[in-house]
Amino acid sequence: MKAPSFAYAKPRSLQEAFELIGRPGAKILAGGQSLIPSLNMRLSAPELLVDITGLPGLSEIVVDKGTVRIGALVTHARIERNADVRKHVPMLAAAAKHVAHPAIRNRGTLGGSLALADPAAEYPACAVALQATLVISGVKGERRVKAEGFFKGLFETDLKDGEILVAAEFPTGGKSVFLELTRRHGDYAIVGLAAHQDRFVFFNIGSAPVLVKGSSLTELKTSLARIEPPADLYHTSKTKLHLAGVLLERAWTSL
Amino acid sequence: MDLAVETTLTVNGTRVTRRIEPRQHLVDFLRDELGLTGSHIGCEHGVCGACTVRVNGEIVRGCLMLAVQADGCKVETIEGLSDSKELAGLQKAFHEKNALQCGFCTPGMLMAAQDLVLAKEKISREKIREHISGNYCRCTGYQAIVDAIEEVLNGQG
Repeated sequence: MKAPSFAYAKPRSLQEAFELIGRPGAKILAGGQSLIPSLNMRLSAPELLVDITGLPGLSEIVVDKGTVRIGALVTHARIERNADVRKHVPMLAAAAKHVAHPAIRNRGTLGGSLALADPAAEYPACAVALQATLVISGVKGERRVKAEGFFKGLFETDLKDGEILVAAEFPTGGKSVFLELTRRHGDYAIVGLAAHQDRFVFFNIGSAPVLVKGSSLTELKTSLARIEPPADLYHTSKTKLHLAGVLLERAWTSL
Repeated sequence: MDLAVETTLTVNGTRVTRRIEPRQHLVDFLRDELGLTGSHIGCEHGVCGACTVRVNGEIVRGCLMLAVQADGCKVETIEGLSDSKELAGLQKAFHEKNALQCGFCTPGMLMAAQDLVLAKEKISREKIREHISGNYCRCTGYQAIVDAIEEVLNGQG
């Protein structure tokens, strides 16, 4: 299908962007790899698309005192290949390989994925597991939110109208593992797990990333068993829970 | 209300300036405005890869990029890469191995496969499959396609 009609603007500064996204019916466009399909399928009908890819300072990867700060506009392809990310936050580089296909990874962005908060997306779970801090900018200035408090539910985050997610800061160090099950490489996850040290965060078994707590494998399994994942077209809730358990054991063994 | 935005891009080496409606995606623009119908339209939501084109040297989904977003960009399509003979090796291998059935996915397959050729690394069949997973279509089992790509990458069938 074809997208409905809308206006398009490409601001060159954050100030200009704030003015534009404050207009009625405005929506932020970053890499567009989720937004444009939803427009083509007419699931979304904005009046104005504000293309933020021309904003300066949102495409850097900076290593600084135990954190890696990644700009919201950094693409999946860059995360997958960047030497600093691979060295300091290997979980993210591993997760990026699972995001759709190469042609999509060349345009889709970290910020777009975090701000959309698709329950099947990789980065939100990574951000919660790694205890990342999200940097949000608005007319009144900048604020910082811990990933655990940022993801509120299905496609729902702490972002307020008029705000732009500008970067995410990931603490470095520690052992991590990223696992995802799909029917075919690049498909949406059936279930996935981002595990860092003692933090086991599942995705696509709930409306937002699910942090499962426990200090032994038995305790973790007990906590996991309390979750009722939503079924999809091909997998029942029980199957997804079983598969989540398989990933948990694999992660536990390799950590 | 006129929402069109003046956009200048380079398509297969030719500079083009048009007023473009923001709702028009890149592959519709290439096909309908410029007559470059080699890039196909399949699903229009990023799943099939038939619309794969190269923007500033990187492969992208032509249906998941608005034409107005290509302002200032260098766009290359299957026609450009075919005319410049960049794809000659892959085209010969696809031809010889009969690496297609209906052929609808072929332009996108070639664009994605050329990405691997440019990387100049010897890789396994498994990795080739992973790379073209974004172009899976319907009618072949991809054996012959993987054979053809492997021949060009590794010099073996």
